[in-house]
Amino acid sequence: MPIDWIHAGATVLASFLASLVECVEALTVVLAVGVTRGWRSALAGCATGLLVLLLLVTLLGPVLARVPLHGFQLVVGALLLLFGMRWLRKAVLRAAGVLALHDEDAIYRREMQALGGQAGAHAGLDKLAFALTFKSTVLEGIEVVFIVLAIGAGRADLLGPASLGALAALLVVAALGVVLHRPLARVPENLLKFAVGVLLCAFGTFWAGEGMGYVWPGADWAIPGLVGAFLAVSALGVPWCRRLASAGAKGSAR
Amino acid sequence: MNGLRMALTELWGLFVDDGRYALAIVAWLLLAWRVLPLLQLGGWNAAIFAAGLLAILLESVLRRARH
Repeated sequence: MPIDWIHAGATVLASFLASLVECVEALTVVLAVGVTRGWRSALAGCATGLLVLLLLVTLLGPVLARVPLHGFQLVVGALLLLFGMRWLRKAVLRAAGVLALHDEDAIYRREMQALGGQAGAHAGLDKLAFALTFKSTVLEGIEVVFIVLAIGAGRADLLGPASLGALAALLVVAALGVVLHRPLARVPENLLKFAVGVLLCAFGTFWAGEGMGYVWPGADWAIPGLVGAFLAVSALGVPWCRRLASAGAKGSAR
Repeated sequence: MNGLRMALTELWGLFVDDGRYALAIVAWLLLAWRVLPLLQLGGWNAAIFAAGLLAILLESVLRRARH
């Protein structure tokens, strides 16, 4: 059925890409902590963080299932819009050179430097290493959980594809981290954030509209239309912002 | 207490970066939910809602680039 395909395919893709970005960010911290402070505590913090997230999903899942669909779509659509439009705004400004690009290598070096002065083998559990990787895993993971819930908010059968996308991203990033042992700086993170921002905004607009009882032209086919509209406006915004920023820089140099 | 405050700050930061931008999105959502249906625009509500969000995005990035 084409409609299911649109939903399931777009859901897996959006969830995979969004989760990939978050997992790459968490991996950078785990690698920096593991290399400088030892792997045992770093991995213990990461594993505990994953357990906390699992608990959160287990507790939240059944509660969310009881919320009326329209109300749930409206609330999740609104949150998804705030979340996605924040991402997209930042991605446009980064692409235009107004904000600095996100650089995993630089973050990795900064973390290593910050931890370097305290480096050394730890016989027991290294509390700092544990706390850092735990915090990073939980914070990035909460974003993933939220993305999965938000993207899969429309129908109960979409939570499966959304979770599948997130799980695939986690496995891909973990496998690459184990093989490469360095941050995934080659992942075009800013481009991914741009694409994910567009997808999140499109889903957020669609769910919020559904929650308000709107009838979308073309029903589910409105989602690709919204993706195209957000992409077009964002793509238009990049050169426009670049021109404005460079005009501003020239003006202040005079 | 510090941990809780930090977690709440981080959570808030997931949704709100530029206060004016976030406020504009929420205000437009409320207008689209409560006021737009009163205008009896038929099937245009959804398209107007989406167009408003696109305008908010464009205005915000241009404003940030200008300053």
